[in-house]
Amino acid sequence: MSTLAIRDLHVSIETDQGTKPILRGVDLDISSGETHAVMGPNGSGKSTLAYTIAGHPRYTVDSGSITLDGEDVLAMSVDERARAGLFLAMQYPVEIPGVTVSNFLRTAKTAIDGKSPAIRGWVKDVRQSMENLRMDSAFAERNVNEGFSGGEKKRHEILQLELLKPKFAVLDETDSGLDVDALKIVSEGVNRAKGSSDLGVLLITHYTRILRYIKPDFVHVFVAGRVAEEGGPELADRLEDEGYDRYVAAAAASA
Amino acid sequence: MAEEVQTLSTDPEHPAQGTTTPVVTGTGTRPAIIGDATTGHGDVPVQTRNERFASTDVAAFPPVTGREATWKLTPIGELKALIEGGLDGSRYPVDTTATGGAQVVWVGREDERIGTAGIPEDRAAANAWSSFQEALVVRVTGEEASTATVVRTELGSAARAAHTIVDAAPFAKAVVVLDNRGTAHLAENVEILVGDGADITVVSVQDWDDDAKHVANHFAQVGRDAHLKHVVVSFGGAVVRVNPSVTLAGSGADGDLLGVYFADAAQHLESQVFLFHKADHTKGRVEYRGALQGEGAHTVWIGDVLIGPDATGTDSYEQNRNLVLTDGTRADSVPNLEIETGDIAGAGHASATGRFDDEQLFYLQARGIPEEVARRLVVRGFLSSIVQKIGVPELEERLQQAIEAELAGEAR
Repeated sequence: MSTLAIRDLHVSIETDQGTKPILRGVDLDISSGETHAVMGPNGSGKSTLAYTIAGHPRYTVDSGSITLDGEDVLAMSVDERARAGLFLAMQYPVEIPGVTVSNFLRTAKTAIDGKSPAIRGWVKDVRQSMENLRMDSAFAERNVNEGFSGGEKKRHEILQLELLKPKFAVLDETDSGLDVDALKIVSEGVNRAKGSSDLGVLLITHYTRILRYIKPDFVHVFVAGRVAEEGGPELADRLEDEGYDRYVAAAAASA
Repeated sequence: MAEEVQTLSTDPEHPAQGTTTPVVTGTGTRPAIIGDATTGHGDVPVQTRNERFASTDVAAFPPVTGREATWKLTPIGELKALIEGGLDGSRYPVDTTATGGAQVVWVGREDERIGTAGIPEDRAAANAWSSFQEALVVRVTGEEASTATVVRTELGSAARAAHTIVDAAPFAKAVVVLDNRGTAHLAENVEILVGDGADITVVSVQDWDDDAKHVANHFAQVGRDAHLKHVVVSFGGAVVRVNPSVTLAGSGADGDLLGVYFADAAQHLESQVFLFHKADHTKGRVEYRGALQGEGAHTVWIGDVLIGPDATGTDSYEQNRNLVLTDGTRADSVPNLEIETGDIAGAGHASATGRFDDEQLFYLQARGIPEEVARRLVVRGFLSSIVQKIGVPELEERLQQAIEAELAGEAR
């Protein structure tokens, strides 16, 4: 049983116009086995939260804390965070020319586990996971994300989630740009990962449709860098009907 | 890698004449791109690339000043002996292996093949031409795959000249590796004759010792429906300049011009590549990639593509990419494209010089891979994409190891 705890997190970025605050005091606790959906309109800071947890250098933490079972995540480098059990499925995975998927996966697995995986079992695991995600076996010999379609990139992210077996996964708009078939395949992958381990999931999304396939235990609505409302799955249903207008208007009124 | 790729598509109604579009993005501390390196020849006006003065006689060239288009980016002070000194043109030790229909022999200056692929356009090449006494010929015949390897390890530090001919008969199929190691102070010319329908790979590996100085001009003529894959691999040496000049002379000729280089501190690695689409329906692909690390690492790539008036239906693309690993390096990259016919299938060029892409690094680190391992993975991948195209497994493996060794040097 692990806990990822976010306390009064304030984050800003540097822009041409100077420092711009994005997160203005976020509190969130995720425990193993739980699925939390973070929803909100564009520019509300959802992706900033994802990248801050992963440690992207673009984001400056001005105050607050992120801890994993009491360990200070903010003091860790990006790779240390991943080795500690955090995983970020990215919205826009980057191409790594000349590095094959199979080489990349093995290198990552070796880094996470601290030792090379046993060849036979590893090859079998990779093949099985790829089959589950309906990925052609030729995929393994392609260069990472190079020439991948949008759907292939997202499946590749979930493939990594299944193989690297983190404690907590942050899925940053994994549903964006997917057609319904791809969305189902990707969601099944996440549900398999949840079923085979005690994975905690932070699901960041603009839309409610992925929540038909991945059931959240908690829903947090982000507006203007803060959690504007929290609740159970029923909150997502309400958002589906009403949209974000109510929150945005309220935030504008209080600003 | 941060990059910006420009593609020039030609409008048949308005063919682009003598287009020069250098492109460069984020670089090391001295990002540099020389916009006009091939046209600013003293007070000589802009000229078409194949109209440069050429001669086999060193005396026909004026003294080199460093302002010439071909020498502008080269440390000519270090090459004085090769440009204007006396050169030892005698036979030198070579270690050769040949299989299938390949054989390697020495011939005299009277051999009629000499001068048929091209003649010097610069003084060092002419100096070598005037000085060599015998030429080494790699002759390839037969439609079964052949291989020839010429290893030179004992050229020594005295300035010398050499002349090599790769002569591929029609329909020959072969891989020829010119493997250069040890020390050298060498000016040379290499002629490559690719007969009609032949399929030839020529790989020139410059894996010299740190003190080596080497200027080479390769001239190739590619016949009808023939294919030449020409690869320049430069890793070792103080000053290494290998300039391939390839003419797609017959209809349907196909040229792949590849290059990969890794410049360490104080190393100068250069390639001026000229691809001339002379005949119709020719296809050309030029791709050079390099990495630079350490104070004073300098690379130069000038890529000239000329699509001649008869080269209708041509398909051409050239690109150069450089990965800057540390401060204090300089990568010059100049793509030039001249098109003299409106009726082509396509033509484009691109150049990008960038530092490590932080997003690539972040992606790999976010998967638990430590920064140093991630950096190596990226560089290896960047250069491997050329190495993978060579198509000679043993050589590819050796070059991958050489890249590993260069990368290990980074950690020293």
